[in-house]
Amino acid sequence: MDKIRAILDQFGKLKVPASSLAPDADLYDAGLTSFASVQLMLGLEEAFDVEFPESMLNRKTFSSIAAINRAIGEITRAAA
Amino acid sequence: MNMHARNIPVQKSAAEEFLDQLFDAGILFDTGVDGLYGRSGTFENVIKAFDNLVTKFGGDDNATPIHFPPGIARRLFEKSGYMKSFPQLAGTVHSFMGGESDHCTLLAELEAGSDWTSQQAATEVVLTPAACYPLYPTVAKRGPLPAGGRLYDLQSYCFRHEPSKDPARMQMFRMREFVRIGSPEQVRAFRESWLERGQEMMASLGVPLTVDVANDPFFGRAGKMMANNQRDTGLKFELLIPVTSEEKPTACLSFNYHQNHFGSLWDIRTSDGEEAHTACVGFGMERVALALFKHHGPDIDAWPKAVRDILWG
Repeated sequence: MDKIRAILDQFGKLKVPASSLAPDADLYDAGLTSFASVQLMLGLEEAFDVEFPESMLNRKTFSSIAAINRAIGEITRAAA
Repeated sequence: MNMHARNIPVQKSAAEEFLDQLFDAGILFDTGVDGLYGRSGTFENVIKAFDNLVTKFGGDDNATPIHFPPGIARRLFEKSGYMKSFPQLAGTVHSFMGGESDHCTLLAELEAGSDWTSQQAATEVVLTPAACYPLYPTVAKRGPLPAGGRLYDLQSYCFRHEPSKDPARMQMFRMREFVRIGSPEQVRAFRESWLERGQEMMASLGVPLTVDVANDPFFGRAGKMMANNQRDTGLKFELLIPVTSEEKPTACLSFNYHQNHFGSLWDIRTSDGEEAHTACVGFGMERVALALFKHHGPDIDAWPKAVRDILWG
């Protein structure tokens, strides 16, 4: 999850450092905008070498650090 | 497999049939390119009357009118991020910038009917994709907003590369826009009030309408995400009127909340130093005129008196 936090700091343009956020904290409440969430999505894909399927390209997938972690876990497991 | 067997005439779509009717009635004129049409005096008369109606409904807000030409500086267009979201719709202006020998090559290519456009180079002008695009950098240059924010009244021909037989999907069309720039509360209140006013205004014209959440046609996978986000957060609503289809009514007005997107991009600040939020209401001038012709017929003298009174009373 530290890796996710680093990507969040880089692309999320949050009002607070990602290290201060609990895994289930709402990222949109923390200032994640619609436009930044797309940059975040692309940043995560590059860092984790994954591709989010279309069904995951929505707000919910990127709503918290835990949600992102779950989504990446799901894709990685599906690919394994 | 060829779906159209020989000798069976190809069924025209409802959109194409309506376009043919508009040509036959002399309301629109074919130019040889789908989505690029001449407009009759009658058509323009309707556009002008609707334009006045919009002024009537929005006039008390004291918006500052600015008329930009239908082109935007390429440098500003590049910064706007339009190519990230809608590369498929953009139209750039290219001109011949060669010397005499290049001109000879150009003429030979034209003569031969081969591709002569390789000689063309990008100019500093890009066709305006939405009336508000030239506004944001203009506002940013004026410094921080006053406490009440700002409100602008814009109108421009816009270009979008989406050739279609649907007369309601033109490549060159007019968009009038009121654009509110200020605090989140100010711009949200503006959008709410236009959601109400827009429905009242269009209902007065005797056309069936619905309002629905919508998304812009963002490009690619990132675009899919943008579109889903836009819908999930209710950033875009459209006022829809059936023009060429009951199932897929045409968006004639749109109500958009951009959050801090343009404020952040162009560094527009409120009086408190915060990033400004923006919202706009857009009126598709040709689409509204087409909706009126569709529902009230090609002869404007025969339109219902109540509608005529609203437009020309």
